[in-house]
Amino acid sequence: MRSYLDFEKPVAELDAKVDELRTLAATGSDIGDEISRIEEKASQALTDLYANLSPWQKTLVARHPQRPHLADFVTALITDFTPLAGDRKFGEDNALVGGFGRFRGESICVIGQEKGSTTESRIKHNFGMARPEGYRKAARLMEMADRFGIPVLSLVDSAGAYPGVDAEERGQAEAIARSTDVCLQLGVPNIAVITGEGMSGGAIAITTASRVLMLEHAIYSVISPEGAASILWRDSAKAQEAAINLKVTAQDMLRFGVIDEIIKEPVGGAHRDPVALISDTGDAIAHALDELRHLDPATIRNQRRQKFLGIGRKLV
Amino acid sequence: MNWITNVVRPKIRSILRRETPENLWIKCPDSGQLVFYKDVENNQFVIPGSNYHMRMGAAARLKSVFDNETWYDIALPEVAADPLKFRDERKYADRIKDARTKTGMNDAIKVGYGKLDGLGVVIAVQDFDFMGGSLGMAAGEAVVKGLELAVEKKSPFIMFAASGGARMQEGILSLMQMPRTTVGIQMLREAKLPYIVVLTNPTTGGVTASYAMLGDVQIAEPGALIGFAGARVIEQTIREKLPEGFQRAEYLKAHGMVDMVVHRHELRPTLARLCRVLTKAPAAPSTSMPKPIIPDAPALDAIPAAPSA
Repeated sequence: MRSYLDFEKPVAELDAKVDELRTLAATGSDIGDEISRIEEKASQALTDLYANLSPWQKTLVARHPQRPHLADFVTALITDFTPLAGDRKFGEDNALVGGFGRFRGESICVIGQEKGSTTESRIKHNFGMARPEGYRKAARLMEMADRFGIPVLSLVDSAGAYPGVDAEERGQAEAIARSTDVCLQLGVPNIAVITGEGMSGGAIAITTASRVLMLEHAIYSVISPEGAASILWRDSAKAQEAAINLKVTAQDMLRFGVIDEIIKEPVGGAHRDPVALISDTGDAIAHALDELRHLDPATIRNQRRQKFLGIGRKLV
Repeated sequence: MNWITNVVRPKIRSILRRETPENLWIKCPDSGQLVFYKDVENNQFVIPGSNYHMRMGAAARLKSVFDNETWYDIALPEVAADPLKFRDERKYADRIKDARTKTGMNDAIKVGYGKLDGLGVVIAVQDFDFMGGSLGMAAGEAVVKGLELAVEKKSPFIMFAASGGARMQEGILSLMQMPRTTVGIQMLREAKLPYIVVLTNPTTGGVTASYAMLGDVQIAEPGALIGFAGARVIEQTIREKLPEGFQRAEYLKAHGMVDMVVHRHELRPTLARLCRVLTKAPAAPSTSMPKPIIPDAPALDAIPAAPSA
């Protein structure tokens, strides 16, 4: 079942027409030419639409329920994946998944938020909003990876860290700060891929990486457009305007020097061809790892620190 | 030495710029009692009687901690102005101009180098009056600069945090200050120098989720609001009332998130003692308090002062 975003309405209408004609064709009408004509039109409409997505439209694409999530990436890219649970301090957090496996034959540590894809799994994963335990588990796994000389892959997709009483009383802020701290301390390379939403502290805790890659229509921001709208415009309906002002797109991030590379998405977004997108993502990860694999721990650490210290300084 | 822009001496009364006229009565936000502003100022901005800790400006704070109320103001790096060309109901460029006029500061953080009970220390103070103490590129650079200077001077680094969080008008570049400041902390850590954080009212958001929670020692001022998410956001998420004292300094201490809650009048000797012990410097006869302790101050939630050698 295809699902369309509001702004995809023209494409949806053309697709519906194609379906209608197909049903008609099945009854014997000779309308093959007409079908391919409209199909082409639909495809062109989709291409045009996605070539010029507004920041707000990208936000919607980045949050698309059918967009590939961590589970899809891990299933397709990681063999021998062995999830590990718990922060050894308080509990287990399913919003932030982690474990060890192999990426193209080589050992890798994978951490990242999982939003879930059904009502049941969304609740299980708390919609990808991690509690302190999630960040402490991430820190534990990264430190383990560092000890064994295994690179770290972060898959980032979260609306933010969970804002709850329990999260606060167990030190959400400290857990995020410490996870960022561990990222910067690693002597092994870490690669972060922002696959959907990279929101605020909940994202930076695992996105502080040697290489930060971002899907073409993913978003990365200090606060959600809705959050900024309600604080700065005092009107959450101003989210579109906030998205424009906040500069949340992958293209903006590259321009600011905040990310290292954009991974192109299939026409119509990652959810229209997840297999191709995930395979391309795998290639980009492999390429980034190849550049860093031979470096010694001190160099890896130093390069990462210098990279972050350098961010913004060229904009003066 | 290009990092010195200005030696601040006690006689040069650098713009004590509270907008409240000096002869005014103010109302204690806690008890509602009316107090004479001058009395509050002379009491390190603690309301006599209720002991409510008011916010303290950066210059007043530095003055209250450094020996002889004297320090070097540290020149801070220039940063890109309004890189996002941000505009909400007003232009960010205008907002920042207003904040500069209002506070006389260039941005939210001021860094000073001076002596604390005879020991050289670098102190950074975040001023909530400057756009809610928000963490933007300038504030991030200030923290990094302060940490680098501490490494250079082989001195402890003390951070007085006060912030609503990231500066949204600088978007992702504001978020980047979280890892950037953390790099600075790691350099200090590698130089084996102490990092002491004093959490003041309020410290929230991206600031707590980075440098303000990474201290070797975490101190909080009484009653300070400290947390990651805002109370309103949490209430909307969980749809229930928040517990009593939620996200207050005392609550954080009870949950193991800070080492101590220290009354402002005890802050200076506490910091001095910690800096000396952690750097293995010999004990110094504690300097006297810059301002008299009011007689009815409550029992302090701090370690009793050890007899000096």
